[in-house]
Amino acid sequence: MAAVQGGMVDTDEEKDIKTEPPSDGCGNNNANDGRVLSASPASSASSGSNKSAAGAPEDQQTLLAVLQFLRKNKLNESVEILRREAGLPEDLLDLKAGDSSGTGPGGAAGSVDEGGDASSLLSRVTVSSSGVVQAPAKAPGEDQPDVNVVLSAYSQQGDPSLYGVYYSGLKRFIESVLDCHRAELSQVFYPLFVHMYLELVYNNHENEAKVFFEKFSGDQECYYEDDLRILSGMTKKEHMRGNETLLDFRTSKFVLRISRDSYQLLKRHLQERQNNQIWNIIQEHLYIDIFDGMPRSKGQIDAMSGSLAGEAKREANKAKVYYGLLKEPEIELPLDDEDEEAENEEGKPKKKKPKKDSMGSKSKKQDPNAPSQNRIPLPELKDSDKLDKIMYMKEATKRIRLGPDNLPSICFYSFLNAYQGLTAVDFTDDSSLIAGGFADSTVRVWSVTPKKLRKVKSAADLNLIDKESDDVLERIMDEKTASELKILYGHSGPVYGISFSPDRNYLLSSSEDGTIRLWSLQTFTCLVGYKGHNYPVWDTQFSPHGYYFISGGHDRVARLWATDHYQPLRIFSGHLADVTCTRFHPNSNYVATGSSDRTIRLWDVLNGNCVRIFTGHKGPIHALAFSPNGKFLASGATDGRVLLWDIGHGLMIGELKGHTDTVYSLRFSRDGEILASGSMDNTVRMWDATKAFDDLETDDFTAATGHIHLQDNSQELLLGTYLTKSTPVIHLHFTRRNLLLAAGAYNP
Amino acid sequence: MADREERRFAEVSRDSVKLMAESAGVELGDDVAALLAEDVCYRLREATQSSSQFMRHAKRRKLTVEDFNRALRWSKVETVCGYGAQDALPFRSVKEGELFFTDDRDVNLVELALATNIPKGCAETMVRVNVSYLDGKGNLEPQGTVPTAVQSLSDDLLKYYQQITRAILGEDPHLMKVALLDLQSNSKIAALLPYFVYVISGVKSVSHDLEQLNRLLHMVKSLVQNPYLYLGSYVRSLVSSVMYCILEPLAASINPLNDHWTLRDYAALLLSHIFWTHGDLVSGLYHQILLSLQKVLSDPVRPLCSHYGAVVGLHALGWKAVERVLFPHLPAYWANLQAVLDDYSVSNAQVKADGHKVYGAILVAVERLLKMKALSLSQPAEGGSGAQPGSVVGALGYRVSSPGLSPPPEPLSEAALGIASHLQAGGAGCPWEEWTPVPLPAMYCELYSFFGDSLAVRFSTGPGFGNYPPCTLTQLGDARKDPPGSASNPDTTRKMPQLTANLNISPRQDGSPRTDPPPPSLAATGSGRSLGRSSSSTSSMQRSRSSSSRSGQRSAGLSRDVFPKARFTSPQTGPPVFSFLIGGRQMGRRCQGRRPFQTTFGPTQPVSAIPPRAYAHKLPVIGRVGKPVRRWACSHYSLHLPL
Repeated sequence: MAAVQGGMVDTDEEKDIKTEPPSDGCGNNNANDGRVLSASPASSASSGSNKSAAGAPEDQQTLLAVLQFLRKNKLNESVEILRREAGLPEDLLDLKAGDSSGTGPGGAAGSVDEGGDASSLLSRVTVSSSGVVQAPAKAPGEDQPDVNVVLSAYSQQGDPSLYGVYYSGLKRFIESVLDCHRAELSQVFYPLFVHMYLELVYNNHENEAKVFFEKFSGDQECYYEDDLRILSGMTKKEHMRGNETLLDFRTSKFVLRISRDSYQLLKRHLQERQNNQIWNIIQEHLYIDIFDGMPRSKGQIDAMSGSLAGEAKREANKAKVYYGLLKEPEIELPLDDEDEEAENEEGKPKKKKPKKDSMGSKSKKQDPNAPSQNRIPLPELKDSDKLDKIMYMKEATKRIRLGPDNLPSICFYSFLNAYQGLTAVDFTDDSSLIAGGFADSTVRVWSVTPKKLRKVKSAADLNLIDKESDDVLERIMDEKTASELKILYGHSGPVYGISFSPDRNYLLSSSEDGTIRLWSLQTFTCLVGYKGHNYPVWDTQFSPHGYYFISGGHDRVARLWATDHYQPLRIFSGHLADVTCTRFHPNSNYVATGSSDRTIRLWDVLNGNCVRIFTGHKGPIHALAFSPNGKFLASGATDGRVLLWDIGHGLMIGELKGHTDTVYSLRFSRDGEILASGSMDNTVRMWDATKAFDDLETDDFTAATGHIHLQDNSQELLLGTYLTKSTPVIHLHFTRRNLLLAAGAYNP
Repeated sequence: MADREERRFAEVSRDSVKLMAESAGVELGDDVAALLAEDVCYRLREATQSSSQFMRHAKRRKLTVEDFNRALRWSKVETVCGYGAQDALPFRSVKEGELFFTDDRDVNLVELALATNIPKGCAETMVRVNVSYLDGKGNLEPQGTVPTAVQSLSDDLLKYYQQITRAILGEDPHLMKVALLDLQSNSKIAALLPYFVYVISGVKSVSHDLEQLNRLLHMVKSLVQNPYLYLGSYVRSLVSSVMYCILEPLAASINPLNDHWTLRDYAALLLSHIFWTHGDLVSGLYHQILLSLQKVLSDPVRPLCSHYGAVVGLHALGWKAVERVLFPHLPAYWANLQAVLDDYSVSNAQVKADGHKVYGAILVAVERLLKMKALSLSQPAEGGSGAQPGSVVGALGYRVSSPGLSPPPEPLSEAALGIASHLQAGGAGCPWEEWTPVPLPAMYCELYSFFGDSLAVRFSTGPGFGNYPPCTLTQLGDARKDPPGSASNPDTTRKMPQLTANLNISPRQDGSPRTDPPPPSLAATGSGRSLGRSSSSTSSMQRSRSSSSRSGQRSAGLSRDVFPKARFTSPQTGPPVFSFLIGGRQMGRRCQGRRPFQTTFGPTQPVSAIPPRAYAHKLPVIGRVGKPVRRWACSHYSLHLPL
């Protein structure tokens, strides 16, 4: 099978992942916004011959189709020129032309090819495109539809009235097969239904489309309800234009995992029946990931499906992920007698500090799964950072060891008089500051310690102070501005994401106005406005090491930025819908993004590749959390479920059911024993993370299929449910001593 | 478009599109309009769907106009302005054009811009922390309670609050007046409302101090009159406090020298004011108030001053309330009152004096009832339901569906909220009786049978009264022998016992009232009273029967049933002892001393044997001093309620 999937498919895959031009480390690799946003192959087709090969994979397919067309018409010179201009390798074209020219549009359908089938498949494409059963022999002119097939995904059409017949025929067949195959084959229903419906709509068979929808929409799985609602409103070809969701559905392939036996059954059936219509759709719009082994059960399938584009391909999760933690820089803990001094004032520079960095002693062994220390260039630690690290370690020694019998205390930070306007919250790592983003475009920062917030003095005043004095850091602060709350004005839309820098000097906020702003917590002014998303930015987060930050928005891409670059360093493109939440891996080498296409993707910061695709949620994902050891990821969605993922193996390893509304916040305790989840249903729940991860059977990992059977043990893992006072929990934070802080706006 | 009825979303019809086009001066063909309509539907749905993500990211459950506008803005469509208000927009319709539209009133921008009374009630957004769960266990505060600092006060507000409360509750009457006046007109105190309401709810703790109670009531009045305050659900709390002053046997009323009657009158007045001005803020308030009053009235254990409060409260709520609650209860209540009034023992003097207060209050209430009812009959055009009782004398037993003065009846299932403990939770233990209006003549007859010539309102009680014979025998289903009306039956009429009646020491002054023999008049007059009831209304018939001559049977009447049993209010402890706590001293002061009723009776007596007149419940309080007669005779006149 792997051999079959090679060639064209693989190249496609690579292109798909590397939409980002190759990058050199962390240099500023200016991304091209326009390309990302104009994803429609149709729009770019007219000028396709002039486009570079590095374009979207669809563009390349278009090119190939055009080349074939030219070749068929004996326009060899043009072929050569075009090929050279496009930078396509000759063998690629040859492979394409020689092997499966007809599958140009559905290049990935090569996975279902089995050598000799190629010609017959080709014939099917052409046959159905002209709507009449014809002999395999084809005239040159008949190839023209090939190009059109590429340009507009639904140009082929059969008899519209027969769609229902085809569909119900297949339905009857699937219902009649053995139980073990039925669940697997039933996966075909939804994508098939959608594509048939869209084909009908596209070809202006409005009434037939309606009838078709009425008849079969009830059969679909309940978790597709939202998509079906969108579909039901769409009855005109004009509607399809501009609907991004559908555009994606049309141009990307719906991925199904089916065992070989089940697939053979299906194929035989379709071929016997000469059911070209359905076969075409399967060829062109479905990617069937065939595996050897036992067919999966209904439960296994349901656990993994639900995303906008089906399950993840197994190949997508094969890449090696260095999920280990970076080695902590060696910093000598000051002796106890110095404690006072260290605790006394952070602002004071410590002179006695030994200048030891990461190249110091190698007492700690390098984690074999960790990336090399400088895989991603990280900012050097400043003195104040080291001081903070010392504080952190000191606090850590006082940390409470949590467990099922020793649950954390919860402090709730209620935002009062927020008038429904609180949209985002963040705490600093040392829990000294809390910031809220509000629907009225403001960002408010509170000090939750007695220490008031002070601005730095104005430049004129700064000139007056004695720069040599010991307490210069204290002197630069303007005592007159001390207050508990500082309001930051600058955005022109609700602030949806907010994040403190690890050193507490900066604050990031992302807003509906399409910008991300960097604020100084010294002067309480805006330093930079990062523009690039052009659409609402739903979330942003600083890297745990500072300097970098990630943002995700309505434009369906996540962007990696560095604070000193006004343009993004990376654009992570691949989600089929809004990127709703973004999180950095603890080692800063990866970022995870959750999307309203109901998938989670893990991206490599180094090369911009998508290294993991997790499917299984049935609603937009609104919360992500990495476990402190970097091995696991937890995600929460509007469906109220929390899913646990093993990053190294790319597998779902747990499902935590209990919340009754959207999970907006997730957080692991500092040692990773407890997972806390906060939800719109006004509860905080705590889960036994240790048990959830330990209960895994390692055999499952080694299984080639990777289809693990999830136990339904949510109730055993649930350690507690804690009600708030009619306050949705929108943020959770464990202090360094493992006290759980929760925040939300009181909602009378 | 007809084939799309199964869809669950809203549609814009072809006609609407045409209308819109016309208003823009474009003529559209049918097919164009149809296409446009469909596209508009689609675009609307699309915008709605994309607006939902703004809602999700704002972490809200409620889709707002703002969300929708954002979706429109991002899809490059003009936004819709003017719909951002929190309140629902009322739709109005024009019948002829089948048009529905929202009321778009002109706003005087100049006035708005120059307004000086901008409410400044919005409190600052703030963060408060509380430890919710310690070690994952236990909730330190009860669930669902409101955080204490929902509204934080700015310094000046806090100062204002302190000054005002100090002034109102302080000694200086002039300062108090100023403070109350300001409270009445200040436009910037919205944030303080909860605090004031809380202060007012402190009535319970100062029930011994009439002066303070008065001041708090004045505070209520000022708050209610302040046009800039939106009382919202605080109405309930305010009403509860006011009701407390009306109904509770205040500690201050132990001393007969205290004029708590005036306080009750004032509170009742206030209640009616609150109700008529703010009653619409809390649904079901009217019924809850009525239920509370009814419950007090029908509870014989309560002291007479509570009953007085209930009567003036009902009076204050309007004649409909009187008709609906007081009048049906009158027969049952009357017997008890009669018993008190007929007891000429010295020890009963104080209670009797109280009884006269109640008597007077009832009299005023029913007189007004009669007057208003007569008025509503004579002016049938005024108020739809007001006309009904008169016009259908023959159709007995119909129900008034919409009492003219009272809000439409509501299901009585709303539980009282929070501190509003003084509002009766609807339907709890006190079933709302089916109420049948009584025609005026019958009512008059009945009332006349109680009050006789004390009724200031006079109708001809002869057969030719008005256009309708009051209660002729033909109307009465049952064969009562007694002729209706007091005129024909003067000897059975219960006259108002004169205040000057001899305060004979009853022969058994040392005994408890329970041993008093039933007054002979009661048995004789009972039947006459029941004649007044309409024959077809069986429930009222039952009630009147139960209180009629067969005084031994206590069958149906709610109040009668509990009366004898529940009169032992004091903490009685099992054994059948009966003791006077304070006897001697007061006994010695004949004619002045009110009989102390801190008595403990063992339930030795068979319940059925207690005569109804044995109105024996009193304040369970020791040490009353005598109350001069002139005092309450004077306060009698305070019952004027300008309704």
